Amino acid sequence: MNIAVVVRQVPDLIESLDIDSTASALDWESISFIVNECDDHALEQALLLKEANGGTVSVVAFDFGDVENTLYTAAAKGAERLVKIPCETHRHPSPWTAASWYAQVIRDLAADLVLVGVQAHDEFDGVLAPALATALSMPYLGVIRGVQAGSRPTTVAACKEFPRAVRARMEIELPAVLGILGADRPPRYVPVSRIRNAMNTVHFEEPGLNVPLGESPVSVCRLYPPVSGTHAEMIAGSEAEAADRIADILVEKGLLS
Amino acid sequence: MSSRDVLVVADVQRDVLDDTTLELLSVGRGLAAAAEGQLMCVVLSADGQPFAESLSAADRLLLVNDVQLTVYSPGPYVTALQEVIAAEQPGVILVGGTSIGWDIAPLLACRLQAPLLTGCLAVQRQGDGLSASVSFCAGKMMADVHIAKLPAFLMVMPGSSRATDEVGRARVEIRVPSAPLAAEQIRFQEWVLPEPGDVDITQQSILVAVGRGIQQEDNVELAEELARVLHGAVCASRPVVDQGWLPATRQVGKSGMTVKPKLYLALGISGAPEHVEGMKGAGLIIAVNTDPNAPIFDVAHYGAEIDALDLLPALVEAVSAKKV
Repeated sequence: MNIAVVVRQVPDLIESLDIDSTASALDWESISFIVNECDDHALEQALLLKEANGGTVSVVAFDFGDVENTLYTAAAKGAERLVKIPCETHRHPSPWTAASWYAQVIRDLAADLVLVGVQAHDEFDGVLAPALATALSMPYLGVIRGVQAGSRPTTVAACKEFPRAVRARMEIELPAVLGILGADRPPRYVPVSRIRNAMNTVHFEEPGLNVPLGESPVSVCRLYPPVSGTHAEMIAGSEAEAADRIADILVEKGLLS
Repeated sequence: MSSRDVLVVADVQRDVLDDTTLELLSVGRGLAAAAEGQLMCVVLSADGQPFAESLSAADRLLLVNDVQLTVYSPGPYVTALQEVIAAEQPGVILVGGTSIGWDIAPLLACRLQAPLLTGCLAVQRQGDGLSASVSFCAGKMMADVHIAKLPAFLMVMPGSSRATDEVGRARVEIRVPSAPLAAEQIRFQEWVLPEPGDVDITQQSILVAVGRGIQQEDNVELAEELARVLHGAVCASRPVVDQGWLPATRQVGKSGMTVKPKLYLALGISGAPEHVEGMKGAGLIIAVNTDPNAPIFDVAHYGAEIDALDLLPALVEAVSAKKV
């Protein structure tokens, strides 16, 4: 099975998110990037499938942020092919535009299965995974937690997550695109030494594309941090003082028995 | 049929109507009224009649009944919904941010080359288009946006609007797909239900909830110890379950459980909208997080800007002392 995985760079939400001078976009130059969490699970799922059933794993990413480290890490984990798509700015194109460019690359990889995180937290004007399925003319199923080999070589079985810990097991004809929420196992740890080794031994494939940002059908008028009408009453002091105050609150509310 | 009309897509699975549908009807009523259009609601199922009373707030209720819609598969759902949209030409299609919504709204938006917004918290008509406020970056950023071209698909954040309590007199119309529906490429096989035996967190009056801030699996035991002292149970946000540190039955949020305990102690949880949706009904919410801008502090009654791992041993000690 040839599996292609899309891996996106997204803003690290641990860091502050600054807005640029237009007030209508994030200040992408100042942002720290990390791997989109669902995409990391998509990669893990691809590696698990390959290890259980054979095949190859190709990772495709736009060239910005910390993408080279992301790709070297993917290689250290077991990905065979690493494709870096040139990108003219330090941000991910809109999902609509990105889908068409990813599709160009993935067609050449002749992938049977394409795994993409079901969502990236900086998307709001589209969703990449189903857009990619449409661009590739492949069926799509999202909100997937776990993928295994199917009953036939031309299928996979995937669990779609519903509320209250209920899942629907579905059989999918290949080729297909799946939107991954979580892998069968958490993403694996890879030692730094193996990443360093990958830096010296692997090379990136860089298709001759130069991707513009593209037009979004949605115009952004203004970005701003959320303003809430309510806010918690904050408890100040050391850990011991805060613990004491919380315990007092529980006593006041009759919650300690 | 008119672009002034609004179409709500009902979310039905395992014969249960998801609460988000009633919230969508509330949003849709405002949008339809502003344009003097109609509010329609479509139910895709084997037999939508049992949902007619709950959805009576719509002006028209379109029941697409087909055996292929008994359980979810994107092929038949998208085909059936596309046919309804082609016939009715609504200007706005409202879809819940649910497991099914995350498939069908973007798939149809792509097919129809229509704009799509996710995470909608508020929306209004603006000229021939729409303006909306959307939440992204896990609730840490908002965007005011404009859509000039309709139709548009809006995925509304669950819990962002009150559920309609309007009892209307929706005209019920039965629709039959023009061609046989078939789940050819993606086929439902079986439901996988949670294994019995684990704690039912929906029945607990005290919950100690852990999030990414718990950092590693071994630290879950610290929360377990606090839960024991409080006679409660430990639950978690999605990243902890994704790591396999707690079972899916302990996950709180839109894709997990909805809980309403007397006390919800949120430790190292940022408060992404999907999580807040599952716990905002708690009687008392106390949040502990090192990030002063964490959205969880906007729903909590009390908060402490402290590392949860530093607080936990002190809190076990303080609670134990107060109980004596």
